Amino acid sequence: MKTFTYRTATDVSQGLEPGATFLAGGTNLVDLMKLGVATPDVLVDVTRLGLDEVGDRPGGGLRIGAGVRNSDLAADPRVRRDYPVLSQALLAGASGQLRNMATTAGNLLQRTRCRYFMDATMPCNKHDPGSGCPAREGDHRNLAILGASPSCVATHPSDMAVALAALDAVVRISGPAGERTVPVTELHRLPGDTPDRDTVLEHGELITAVDVPPLGFAARSAYRKVRDRASYAFAVGSIAAAAQVDDGTVTDVRLAFGAVAHKPWRAFVAEEALRGQPATRESFLTAADAELAAAEPLRDNAFKIALIRNLVASVLEGLS
Amino acid sequence: MDLVVNGVEHSLDLDPRTTLLDALREHLGLTGAKKGCDHGQCGACTVLLNGRRVNSCLILAVTLDGTEVTTIEGVDHPVQEKFLEHDGFQCGYCTPGQICSAVGMLDEVAKGWPSAVSTGEDHLSDADIKERMSGNLCRCGAYPNMVPAIREAAGR
Amino acid sequence: MTTTTERAVGQPIGRIEGPDKVRGTARYAAEYQVGDDLAYAWVAQSPVARGTLTGVTVDPLVEADDVLAVLWHGNAPRLGAADDPELAVLQSDRISYRGQALALVVARTLEAARRAAATLSLEIDEEPHDCVLRTEHPDLYTPEKVNPAFPSETTSGDVEAAFAAAPVTVDVTYRTPPLHNSPMEPHATTALWANDDLVLYDSNQHPPGVAAAVATVFELPPERVHVITEHVGGGFGSKGSARPNAVLAAMAARVTGRPVRLALPRQALFSMVGHRTPTIQRVRLAASSDGHLTAIDHLAVSHTSRLFEFAEQTAVSTRHMYAAPNRRTGHRLVRLDMPTPRWMRAPGEAPGMVALECAMDELAVALELDPIELRVRNEPTVEPESGVPFSSRHYVECLRRGAERFGWGDRDPRPKQRREGDWWIGTGMAGATYPTMAQPSTARARRLPSGDYEVSIAATDLGTGARTILTQIAADALGVPVSQVRVRIGDSTLPKASVAGGSSGSASWGWAVTGACQALRSNSSSDEAVFDSTELVQKQEKDGKHAFGAHFAEVRVDAVTGEVRVSRLFGMYAAGRILNPRTARSQFLGGMIMGMGMALHEEAVLDPAMGTWVNHDLAEYHVPAHADVESVEAEWLEEQDDQINPMGSKGIGEIGIVGSPAAILNAVWHATGVRVRDLPARLDKILPHL
Repeated sequence: MKTFTYRTATDVSQGLEPGATFLAGGTNLVDLMKLGVATPDVLVDVTRLGLDEVGDRPGGGLRIGAGVRNSDLAADPRVRRDYPVLSQALLAGASGQLRNMATTAGNLLQRTRCRYFMDATMPCNKHDPGSGCPAREGDHRNLAILGASPSCVATHPSDMAVALAALDAVVRISGPAGERTVPVTELHRLPGDTPDRDTVLEHGELITAVDVPPLGFAARSAYRKVRDRASYAFAVGSIAAAAQVDDGTVTDVRLAFGAVAHKPWRAFVAEEALRGQPATRESFLTAADAELAAAEPLRDNAFKIALIRNLVASVLEGLS
Repeated sequence: MDLVVNGVEHSLDLDPRTTLLDALREHLGLTGAKKGCDHGQCGACTVLLNGRRVNSCLILAVTLDGTEVTTIEGVDHPVQEKFLEHDGFQCGYCTPGQICSAVGMLDEVAKGWPSAVSTGEDHLSDADIKERMSGNLCRCGAYPNMVPAIREAAGR
Repeated sequence: MTTTTERAVGQPIGRIEGPDKVRGTARYAAEYQVGDDLAYAWVAQSPVARGTLTGVTVDPLVEADDVLAVLWHGNAPRLGAADDPELAVLQSDRISYRGQALALVVARTLEAARRAAATLSLEIDEEPHDCVLRTEHPDLYTPEKVNPAFPSETTSGDVEAAFAAAPVTVDVTYRTPPLHNSPMEPHATTALWANDDLVLYDSNQHPPGVAAAVATVFELPPERVHVITEHVGGGFGSKGSARPNAVLAAMAARVTGRPVRLALPRQALFSMVGHRTPTIQRVRLAASSDGHLTAIDHLAVSHTSRLFEFAEQTAVSTRHMYAAPNRRTGHRLVRLDMPTPRWMRAPGEAPGMVALECAMDELAVALELDPIELRVRNEPTVEPESGVPFSSRHYVECLRRGAERFGWGDRDPRPKQRREGDWWIGTGMAGATYPTMAQPSTARARRLPSGDYEVSIAATDLGTGARTILTQIAADALGVPVSQVRVRIGDSTLPKASVAGGSSGSASWGWAVTGACQALRSNSSSDEAVFDSTELVQKQEKDGKHAFGAHFAEVRVDAVTGEVRVSRLFGMYAAGRILNPRTARSQFLGGMIMGMGMALHEEAVLDPAMGTWVNHDLAEYHVPAHADVESVEAEWLEEQDDQINPMGSKGIGEIGIVGSPAAILNAVWHATGVRVRDLPARLDKILPHL
């Protein structure tokens, strides 16, 4: 781990000097620093900024402080009642210990677990731009089937982010240039030619909160995660879903996929295909197929198409 | 910096890179917390921070100024006796982490926190114990013996 | 004088060191306070699989105040010739695998050592590498012997003629991936020199062996190396002999004149300390239409490294499992630019019995015969290849009694018949076996002035319960309660013990302990007795001695996702006298759970272009977690065997991983109709076929 100077942040808009980075729960950043993948010169601790409350928004919905720990958020009665998909996604992730440490913003900003990215001695366009992407020809069983590029086939590892993408959550950002908001669905980028950039955040911008808008039918929502062992593993594929079904017809739906792309993948195409359709397995599969038509699997990850397709049908059947 | 461990205040002059785990093991001689992976992937380093279970390998000690740390050396809980009774370990290397984790986990259950397999308000089932304890790996495979130990320690 | 009314052996006595372990006071190799000038070492590992290291450049601006030494082959002290080439660390410019130790940084702090090692500039002439095991590899050869000293090939009868004539045959190829022992405690050594004496606090399964190996390397008389191994955080074979960490730590301590601690980072264990070789196994079975085997043919292909020939004995258990007049077993090996494979829990038996016992299941299906009945019909009367009678063999009893306890009787043999919600449910079984071995050891018993007894032997307890069991054995041999016996182990200066491996610890050490205690008891004129079992052990018949068992599994496979869960795993064993039912049960369960990992989760994933396994940590190399383990239970038969050792005990540490993977794979087939012949049975291999 490279040496760094440590200080605590005193203001959300103070920004960062070059080479500095924010530190919150540390579960991903400290890990990457030990691996030599992250090499900040300055760590600015944001855990004492008081961003650790979950509040009601006027008009409904929640404002989740960026520093709220994952376990506290998963246990929040409002989250469990109004957005069970979010609580379930959080509880599907990591371990009890890690959830006690990891924060809302840190979870969103965690980096891919692509095995090449995590090894500083490997080529990787994300940690060493221009060095190449060995995953394309190498180990990619658990990498992207949607939205990847020749430069990068990494997936975003978060469970929580998939639920937030489905819930139309919005990220509140502060920085020296002021405040702005970005929908969670637009926070993470697709890799393109610059996979070293995970998100649209500018250097020094700090996520201060995540707003989750009111969505009545999210009270009937679910997160389903598939992984290679029963717990304490990153997803091989996951879905977050909320559905409003009236008289056997899907009147509204939210759907997002995890572990399939460089970002939590909001399934807008599938949602559009479902609205107004009968709540049947056939409709669900047709909608899934519409979304997955864009999939470009690699040698060893085509199984994710069938997996996500089955999950869409199974989870929506469960919500109907 | 000042670190309060098991109720004792320590004044330490640490490299900012020092993790809580290394501060405990290499600077304070408290080797009960174990280094199994050093990356939050095994749970052997679990300690309690203000009563909450955490992976001490991923916490920079410098961030903790004033926080109460409880390590296995400061734990006195029925789960320890139950581990002995049920042979809840073999090599013993994951054991301090399992015990600290169980102590923290039972507190989470008492607070009504949900898990991936329960709402937190229902009976603490074996499946629930296993899910909640899954952040602590045991390569010896002593899991089937830990579950009744934890269940009984919880008074169930 | 106290008298005993109860035998200690056979009692479920709690682990003697248990209280220390649950309080966190049990000390492991990296936890000894050895002085204020302790330095820390960190290894710089090769980033390429093959080539030469031509130079190492140190950035003078990195950690300059704290770095004490940077060692590599250009400046490291010359070592004596090692029996194990992996111990000739920093002696040559050759790079034999990715992850090999190329340099060592010693620094005042752990943080500085790690940082400085990461920033070393390694100048390397890289060469093309070859890391892929394949059956058509042009460099495949037949090793002279397989681990530890079995003939590589055996044949009897006319196998090809039997296949040509057989009405029913099975010809299948099973692949098992490279596996990693992954003990929870990474390999670690704290080394210090006191004049010319070397003290190593080292995590290993054989303190005298480590002391001897390190003494050879440093050209010291063996008695000048003192290895202390009080507690070991698991080994599963990976700590069976000295590993590079012991030599590197000692070298660093000598160069810097300070005590040095080297705890390998988890990632380094995936290359530096051994692994289970991948195997490609072709098994052919020929049978009469009434289910009698007429031929068995088992050929196993595996890899080893450029540095060291380790030939896994994959097909050896096939030599004694079933009767058949025509039989052939063989092994092929290829040297690749890969780390050196070593022992991992039940080397040979664990992968070999996957292929044999799954093939038997496939044969049972082909014959439309119950898989238990097929095995019963092929029960041999003597050890098939040696012709030696079994000292005891209760395999059929394990099958029958296990089937009864598991509830096998009403099983519909057809696959994909039982569905509960989204789950396909199925059951499967497989046989288990493990050789019963003993190795020469020496123990010392002393009568203490207090009236208590001290029994000493340089054994180790890596979680097996050895410390406790030896206390029980000693108590009975002395005729005193266990409270009067103090067993000292974990120190190479104690009387010489064999390795904690091959499930032979209790037999080997218990034999010596029994001898020493009986000698002391029968000689009231002396307060000390020493017993060396070498002569007795060496004159013992080696063939025909095995433990047996049967594993049963119920699995459910998610029709939506292909995920497999093991609802029930059950083992029934005939493993001689069970010395301590509490620790024995834990050993069996632990082996079965590791078998579950082998069946469903564990795989080192090779990137052929990078020349390494890419999932080299515990987040990506999946060992079973709490939630994976549902109902796992073990039982055993009372088995008398007076031909094996004074206790009548067979080894139990490894048999649990033998056959349990096959039972799970056979259950996956029964649940889904999908035959996974390429382990592990992950969802992506099942889902497309559901």
